[in-house]
Amino acid sequence: MIAAVQTPPVDCAAATARPATDPVAQALWHPLCAMETLHQDGALSTRLMDEPLRVSIAGGRAVVQAPQRDGATLPAVVRFGYVWTRPDGVDDPHSGLFQIPEYDEPDRRNVHAATVGVRTSAPRAVENFLDMGHFPFVHTGVLGAEPHTEVREYEVALNEAGTEVLATRCRFHQPQAAAGAAQGMLVEYVYRVPHPYCSVLYKSCPSDTSRLDVIALFLQPVGQERVRAHALVSVIDDDSSDLAIRMFQQSIFAQDKPILENQRPVRLPLDPRAETPIRADRSAIVYRRWLSALGLTYGCLPAPA
Amino acid sequence: MIDPESARSLWFPIAAGTDLAARHVFHARLLGRELAVWRADDGHPNAWENRCLHRGVRLTIGINDGAELVCRYHGWRYANRTAECTYIPAHPADAPARTVCNTRYPLIERHGLLWCAEAPGPATSLPELPDELSLTMRAIPVAAPLAAVRTALIELGAVHDGKQLHGAIGEVLYLLQPVDASRTVIRGLLRPAADRSRDERTDRAATANATAYGAADEALLLEHDERLERLRRAIEADPARRHDPDDWPVVAPLVAASLATMPEPGAEGRAAPLRLRVGSMVRTADGSVLEIDLLPLDADAHLPGATPGAHIDLHLPNGLVRQYSLANAPGQTDRYRIGVLREPVSTGGSAWLFERLRTGDVLAASVPRNGFALRRDAVDTLLIAGGIGITALASMTMTLQRGGHAYRLCYLARSAEHFALMDRLAPLGDALECLSGLDAAASRAVIAERLGPYREAHHVYVCGPTGLIGCVRELAAELGWPDEAVHFEHFGNAAPLDTRGAFQVRLARSGLNLTVPDGQTLLQTLREHGVPVPSSCEQGACGTCRVAVLDGQPDHRDVYLNAAERKRGDCLMSCVSRASSAALTLDL
Repeated sequence: MIAAVQTPPVDCAAATARPATDPVAQALWHPLCAMETLHQDGALSTRLMDEPLRVSIAGGRAVVQAPQRDGATLPAVVRFGYVWTRPDGVDDPHSGLFQIPEYDEPDRRNVHAATVGVRTSAPRAVENFLDMGHFPFVHTGVLGAEPHTEVREYEVALNEAGTEVLATRCRFHQPQAAAGAAQGMLVEYVYRVPHPYCSVLYKSCPSDTSRLDVIALFLQPVGQERVRAHALVSVIDDDSSDLAIRMFQQSIFAQDKPILENQRPVRLPLDPRAETPIRADRSAIVYRRWLSALGLTYGCLPAPA
Repeated sequence: MIDPESARSLWFPIAAGTDLAARHVFHARLLGRELAVWRADDGHPNAWENRCLHRGVRLTIGINDGAELVCRYHGWRYANRTAECTYIPAHPADAPARTVCNTRYPLIERHGLLWCAEAPGPATSLPELPDELSLTMRAIPVAAPLAAVRTALIELGAVHDGKQLHGAIGEVLYLLQPVDASRTVIRGLLRPAADRSRDERTDRAATANATAYGAADEALLLEHDERLERLRRAIEADPARRHDPDDWPVVAPLVAASLATMPEPGAEGRAAPLRLRVGSMVRTADGSVLEIDLLPLDADAHLPGATPGAHIDLHLPNGLVRQYSLANAPGQTDRYRIGVLREPVSTGGSAWLFERLRTGDVLAASVPRNGFALRRDAVDTLLIAGGIGITALASMTMTLQRGGHAYRLCYLARSAEHFALMDRLAPLGDALECLSGLDAAASRAVIAERLGPYREAHHVYVCGPTGLIGCVRELAAELGWPDEAVHFEHFGNAAPLDTRGAFQVRLARSGLNLTVPDGQTLLQTLREHGVPVPSSCEQGACGTCRVAVLDGQPDHRDVYLNAAERKRGDCLMSCVSRASSAALTLDL
């Protein structure tokens, strides 16, 4: 047999380890766990960008320790009911986390709905959250149903400061948009991507037509190809129990998980020729270009220069 | 060591024939690459890159519907044999771009095994194996590199011929499948047990049922299976044989550059890249319709897939170019079926086909195009065919029928003898209503009743004579049907081509300012100046040469656009449309 001599081409499986030193991703705040969970368990061991971390409570405050850095502590903030940290250790109050103003409204129910481990990259999970076209096929009978498969034209843009992707007038036919709805209707969504690994969804609120329910997805990049997905539900709803809200979100996550875990490559390819976009994917196209412009590589396959 | 690059030109078994169970998608691996292997109901086995082109989801978790492989994520459908994408549910009003096509790998079924070579070279061929090896052993996966498994087999007594990665011990022939750098599958072929008579075996082979072996064969298979299991355990227990080499790099195929961005209007011109052989010709509908099968030149080849509602341009030897709708069944790529009506006053197309065309003739044709695409997101679809207009609608009904969608087909003809394509329509049963001999008033009453008041997500498709289309559009408007729910396709434009009067056009993207002179069409002027625009009918009926208008008032003159589209004035048919304003700005 002839010995293998070859130049390394693009690796589909992305098995070649890229050093996990993406300064752009290191300078972001990342979620680690729900405060609720921390209060229950007292302390928690988790991982962030391949590094083991220990989260605990001391004097009523969350503390994040990095055992691989001789036990040094990392900055910790609690926002939206979750503990967040920055792997680069910079505790800069001016480069804070994004805002969700609705979270602080007094009459809202803020429910930590789920933390689910998924073998995918954080950007793949964000794209799936932004995607409506899969509703009839993956969330059949809940968020969509055949034959209502059309993704209507919608607006998407990066804000002027280049800090957030916003998709508006996203409309999709849903079989049971609200509890007790007898027939399907077009539901309108607004999506924000205010952080490369987080997205916030606004949809019409069944109990108050002047306001919007909020579902936020915060991805904790455990590794380049592994995430913990934390879901926050912020609703105006006096009827549903916390358990019912959790059961609903978790059943949706359970439907997405096998799809996400069967996407190849696992990391999001930023080369435009890696996949075939259609008009329905405009938000994903803007999102991918934004990631490229930010120079973010963790969880991505950067486009060849 | 194995050199994975040179191994890519060799044939390896990747699955047993029995792994490809009906309507199943088998996950195979070869040289680090994942393959989705599936058999269509026509028996054809396919080996494709295991990724949907859209978002990379494995096709092995998709659905094999017998003719197409459907992705689990967004329902994209890929055709048997050609791997072309035939439908994108997120945009049901558009026909997918022709070049959306998955990567296929060569696959041959022999000795009960499926053999694949990623990139077969001219010098590589399937290993020549004796025909008597008709029993297929259970595949034994071994967590060790190919070289280690090969060495262990040789130590066990397998003789290898030095060329291929196979060897024999007694009555068993071993074949090795390099899964990736650290995993190998051993497959084995056996001669059936010697105590069975030759006649019995011949009978058995004739039934082609690989699983129906006798007790003696089963004992033989078990014996060898146990032997291989022992070998597997020995290899995997030996740390020297289980070293983990570097993974083999696998190059993911890139999609075409044209597909990497959002779809843009095509620029293929009036090209005729296909060569079609005339197969059977049958006269139906009292001799007024010629049903023609157009075949690929090579009997084993397959034609580009056609979506329901598609047509092709036939370039006739007399210089005429004519459009014919395809009455193809979903996923049918072995032929195009067209229906030609004998026109009493032929302009040369139908007369030539009726009088001159012979079985075996070769015609040049365009690839299928679709300006009359079928939505599959309707709650109910009403199809109204008049005469030969049934051709496009026949393809649509077969698609709706296969997909289990609600639809009704109302087929109007001059007399009971004038129905065509009945071999394709007969299986539709109650969904088909054939009406003959109705006068204009009676037709109108029936159509009004079938249409009924508009209900949401209902769609109507009409194809037939201009009068029928006009009648359906008028009634639909009266009954509250919005334009976007009424789909129609004209055979042609009854109005003669009028090229009087010059006007100016500005091309926004190419920065050209052109004058369309008196006596010339916009399309001709564009082509003269090197601006390619695809076209087909060149009478304003098919929609192929549609161009976006950015400024100015078009004078439409086509029969393709509906009233709302005309009113918007944001596009025109460059083959017939002119300008009402002094100048037009086009998105070209």
